[in-house]
Amino acid sequence: MKTLVWVEHDGGAVKDATLSAVTAAAKLGEVHLLVVGEGVSAVADAAAKIAGVGKVHVADDAAFGHALAENVAPLIVELMGHHDAFVAPATSNGKNIAPRVAALLDVMQISDILSVESEDTFTRPIYAGNAIATVKSKDVKKVITVRGTAFEKAEREGGSGVVEAVASTGDKGLSSFVGAEIAKLERPELTSAKIIVSGGRALKDGPTFEEVIFPLADKLGAAVGASRAAVDAGYVPNDYQVGQTGKIVAPEVYVAVGISGAIQHLAGMKDSKTIIAINKDEDAPIFQVADIGLVGDLFKLVPELTGKL
Amino acid sequence: MKILVPVKRVIDYNVKPRVKADGTGVDLANVKMSMNPFDEIAIEEAIRLKEKGVATEVIAVSIGVAKAQETLRTSLAMGADRAILIQTDEEVEPLGVAKLLAKVQEEEGAGLIILGKQAIDDDSNQTGQMLAALLNLPQGTFASKVEVEGDSVSVTREVDGGLETVKLSTPAIITTDLRLNEPRYASLPNIMKAKSKPLAQKTPADYGVDISARLETLKVVEPPKRTAGVKVADVDELVAKLKAMGVAA
Ligand SMILES: Cc1cc2nc3c(=O)[nH]c(=O)nc-3n(C[C@H](O)[C@H](O)[C@H](O)COP(=O)(O)OP(=O)(O)OC[C@H]3O[C@@H](n4cnc5c(N)ncnc54)[C@H](O)[C@@H]3O)c2cc1C
Ligand SMILES: Nc1ncnc2c1ncn2[C@@H]1O[C@H](COP(=O)(O)O)[C@@H](O)[C@H]1O
Repeated sequence: MKTLVWVEHDGGAVKDATLSAVTAAAKLGEVHLLVVGEGVSAVADAAAKIAGVGKVHVADDAAFGHALAENVAPLIVELMGHHDAFVAPATSNGKNIAPRVAALLDVMQISDILSVESEDTFTRPIYAGNAIATVKSKDVKKVITVRGTAFEKAEREGGSGVVEAVASTGDKGLSSFVGAEIAKLERPELTSAKIIVSGGRALKDGPTFEEVIFPLADKLGAAVGASRAAVDAGYVPNDYQVGQTGKIVAPEVYVAVGISGAIQHLAGMKDSKTIIAINKDEDAPIFQVADIGLVGDLFKLVPELTGKL
Repeated sequence: MKILVPVKRVIDYNVKPRVKADGTGVDLANVKMSMNPFDEIAIEEAIRLKEKGVATEVIAVSIGVAKAQETLRTSLAMGADRAILIQTDEEVEPLGVAKLLAKVQEEEGAGLIILGKQAIDDDSNQTGQMLAALLNLPQGTFASKVEVEGDSVSVTREVDGGLETVKLSTPAIITTDLRLNEPRYASLPNIMKAKSKPLAQKTPADYGVDISARLETLKVVEPPKRTAGVKVADVDELVAKLKAMGVAA
C-alpha cells in the first residue's frame, strides 16, 4: 500500500503530530508525504529527513498558503490517483481537509484511529472514548485521521526522502483567508508536552487563573490546559481546551486543578500516564481516575505546592 | 435566504454510555436521548440570523429513526420554521448523511447550511466537510463567529493555536464549535406551537441515494479502565510523590 501523509507544519518546522501520523502510515505500507503551503521548501527538506519516508510531494503555491480545504482537497484527490491511503493527523487542518477529500473520493473516512489492526481494519474511540470500536473499511482507498497520542513519534532524522514538486491545482475561488489570532506560546505545546497543568471553572477569572496555574506550570516546565468551563468563561483562549471536543493529550503527568472530571473532559486526558487531581470536593469524579488526589482548597494548596517545588 | 440545519438524535451528553456485554455496540435501550449539543448551537445560530433579518426560513433536517421526530420538534420549538425527517432504522454513516443532505439542498437551495462540528456518539467530525465537497461549496468549520455580509459570510474558526477567520462565498457550509452561542431553551408556548409546524416525512429511497455502510463494525469494547489511586494528606506528601516520580527536583 502506498500512503500519502499530510505534513502538519507551521511554515518552518514539521509539527510532532506529523510524526505520529507517519508511524501509523508505516503500518499500512510505503510512506509518502505531502507538504502544502507557500514558501515551504525548508519544511519539505525537514520532512524528507523523517525516518522511513519515501517521496515528499511539495505543493508550493499562494493558493495553499493557509491550507484552505477548498483549494487543498482537489490537489490531494489528484495525488490519490496513485496512492492507496490518505493519512492525516487529527489536527484542525487534518479534521478540516480529510473528510472533504474522502467525499470527493467517495470513501467513508475513518476518524481518529488508535491502532492499525490490518490494511483495512482499525480501532477508533466513539462516545467520548467510552467505547472503542474496531472497524473494517470496505472502500478501496482509505482516508484516515490519526490520534497523535496513540502512536509513537517517528524519528525526525535518518530518512532520505526524495523531494518532488507537484503542480498547483490553483485557487478555486470559493474561500479566502482573512486573518488569524494565534496565541504566542511561552510554554510547551499541549499535545506534545510531558507535563500539563490544567485549570477549571474553580479558577474564578483570567487573572486568577494566571496567578494560580501559571507559576505551578512554570515550576514543572509544564504546558497549560483548561476545561471547557474555564475556556467558555474566558479565563484562557479556546486552544487550551482539553477534552472530547478539544485537544486530546496523554502526557507523563496531568495535573487537574479545580476540574470536576466530566466525561467530556476525561475523554481528552484519561490516557495520561499519571493523573494528579486537586479538588475541594472529595467525591468529584476526577478522583475516580486520578492516581494521586489531594482534597482541599486550591487557592491554598496550589501556591503552597508551587512554593515547595 | 433559507438556512438548512441538520440535527442528529444522540445519547444525552449527561449519560455515561455503557458498552453492551456482547461487544456489538453501546446500549441505547432506555437511555435518555437528546439533540446533539453542537446541533442545538447550529439551530440557535440559524434562528438568530432569522431574527436579525438575514434569513427568511430555518429548516431542520434529521436522518434517523422515527423518534428523531422529537429532535425535530425541539428544533421547531426553538424557532425553526419547518422540518424534514428522512426516516430509516439503519445507521447512516456521515458519507451517506452527506449524500442525503446534498439532495435536500438541491431541492431547498439554502444560502447557508449549518451543521454541528461533531456528533457526540460517533465522534466522526466529517459530515459538514463531506457535504461541502459533494456540493462543491466552501466550508467554515469549527465556527465561533459567523457574520453574513451580502453574498459572502465571514467565519471565525477555532483552530490549533487560536482563531482564524475566512471569508466564504454563499451558499456555504458552516460547522459549529462550542463557543458560537448559547442555545436558548424552548418556552412552553413555543413547544405547543411547534406541534403544528410542518414536518415532512421522507425515506432515503425518496432521494435515490445509496446509503449502505462502508465501514463494518467488528466489535465495540470498553477502553482500559483506570482505577482510583491514592489520596495524599497534604502538599508535603504530594511533593514527595512528585520527587519520587522524578518530576520535581
Ligand atoms: C458537546 C459538549 C462537549 C464538551 N466538550 C468538553 C471538552 O472538550 N472539554 C471539557 O473540559 N469539557 C467539555 N464539555 C463540558 C463538560 O461537560 C463540563 O461542563 C466541563 O468539563 C466542566 O468544567 P469544570 O470541571 O472546570 O467545571 P465544574 O464541573 O464546575 O467543576 C469545578 C470543580 O472545581 C471544584 N472547586 C471549586 N472551587 C474549588 C476550590 N476553591 N478548590 C478546589 N476545588 C474547587 C469543584 O469541586 C468542582 O469539582 C463539553 C460539554 C458538551 C455538552
Ligand atoms: N443522522 C443525521 N441527521 C442529521 N444530521 C446529522 C446526522 N448525522 C450527522 N449530522 C450532522 O453532521 C454533524 C457532524 O456529525 P459527524 O460527522 O457524524 O460527527 C452533526 O452535528 C449534524 O449536524
